[in-house]
Amino acid sequence: MSILVGLLLVVAIIAITYIGVEVLGLSALFGIVLPYVAVACFIIGFIYRIVKWAKSPVPFRIPTTCGQQKSLDFIKQNKIENPSSKGWVVVRMILEVLTFRSLFRNTKAELTEDGNLAYQWEKWLWLFALMFHWGFFFVLVRHLRFITDPVPGFVQLWEKIDGVFWVNLQALYLTGFIMVAGLGLLLCRRLFLDKVRYISLLNDYFPLFLLLGIGCSGILMRYLTHVDVTRIKELAMGWVTFNPTVPGDISIMFYIHLALVCVLLIYFPLSKLMHAGGIFFSPTRNMANNNRMVRHENPWNPVVKVHTYEEYEDEFRDKMRAVGLPLDKDE
Amino acid sequence: MYKPTKIIIALVIFLAIVTFPIWSSIGSDSVSPDVEISLDTPAINALGDDASCIYDTDYMRANHMKVLSEWKVEVVRNGNRMIVTEDGREYLASLENTCFECHSNYEDFCLKCHEYSNVDPSCWECHLEPVTDSNVSEEV
Repeated sequence: MSILVGLLLVVAIIAITYIGVEVLGLSALFGIVLPYVAVACFIIGFIYRIVKWAKSPVPFRIPTTCGQQKSLDFIKQNKIENPSSKGWVVVRMILEVLTFRSLFRNTKAELTEDGNLAYQWEKWLWLFALMFHWGFFFVLVRHLRFITDPVPGFVQLWEKIDGVFWVNLQALYLTGFIMVAGLGLLLCRRLFLDKVRYISLLNDYFPLFLLLGIGCSGILMRYLTHVDVTRIKELAMGWVTFNPTVPGDISIMFYIHLALVCVLLIYFPLSKLMHAGGIFFSPTRNMANNNRMVRHENPWNPVVKVHTYEEYEDEFRDKMRAVGLPLDKDE
Repeated sequence: MYKPTKIIIALVIFLAIVTFPIWSSIGSDSVSPDVEISLDTPAINALGDDASCIYDTDYMRANHMKVLSEWKVEVVRNGNRMIVTEDGREYLASLENTCFECHSNYEDFCLKCHEYSNVDPSCWECHLEPVTDSNVSEEV
């Protein structure tokens, strides 16, 4: 059911854009107002979520570890899996963000025929996630050519590397296809693995369909239904110079692509996609395992009014002396 | 807020990355939300008011590379140099003899958009690139 709803939502966005631009002629709404609103929602929403997380106390020091912790000198510590200093936490975090090491550890649990629990090799989630995220990153880098003037050198360099394969004298950008393939495989994982489908919700399917819509419309525009790139860049440069105009007719395919991207930007801070910022706030990832060296104080501990023995003795010294009780201070 | 300095530094970095297209364009002279391509060549002027390209302007703006690619396949693979459009006009399929006959102003026509949108077309892998101010020294 949620599969269908997710798909229908994306189809509805496409239909609304088509009607809005082609039938009602609202190209200024979809080409200027919507992008500004979307970017504003994205930036404000992102900062709001980050600040909200930053205000949450971390009651316990709970790093997850899977290696030898710091111990006696002759026992070798696994510094990446079980960091005890800030520096190694940073190393672990960088590797986690760039290479998804915790997904690499994913295993499949299955009961064998004779009733034993067996864990099996399962790297597909890691591979598909890596394909999608890195593909998306490089696709975004390539898109800078539409929205910067002059275009930075690293974008041009990356276009050369990414477009190393030519089909019919046209560069075939690999990262775009890798991104869509990654998304498609991640979707198949949710559709065809029973256990994963059981735990999948609308907020899992919707971003997948949305991103697939973005990827496919982009690929269609580049390789099949060509669009007027110069006018699109004129529109985009209008946004970034805060002097927006709609420069003539642009194909509906572009508006659909843009509307899907805008919905993604608006949806981003509201959804699980915020893991992009949230990963840095995971207490299991961003804390050093130094429980035995440094006391972790729970920041939400209330200030407790205590009455120490010293104060107790001060209060009752005379009475205690009178009945002959031993005293720490007896003057 | 816990660890406010770290959070603020991270948010500033986030904002700097997200707004990169805005601040990278500030102060550069070449920022031009309008690109004017010139149709002022002797051949086009000679055609007068009847001047029309192979397809209409909007189609050519978006699909000229597709047209060129189809021509290339016709000529190189099928050996057919005469292209007939849907409304019956005949053209010699040739970049240098047909396209450049009218659009002889390479720098004010092709390069205008290609440089603006950072496009590096593959035409000059086979064809000889028209001489411009910037590549004339390389030719010598």
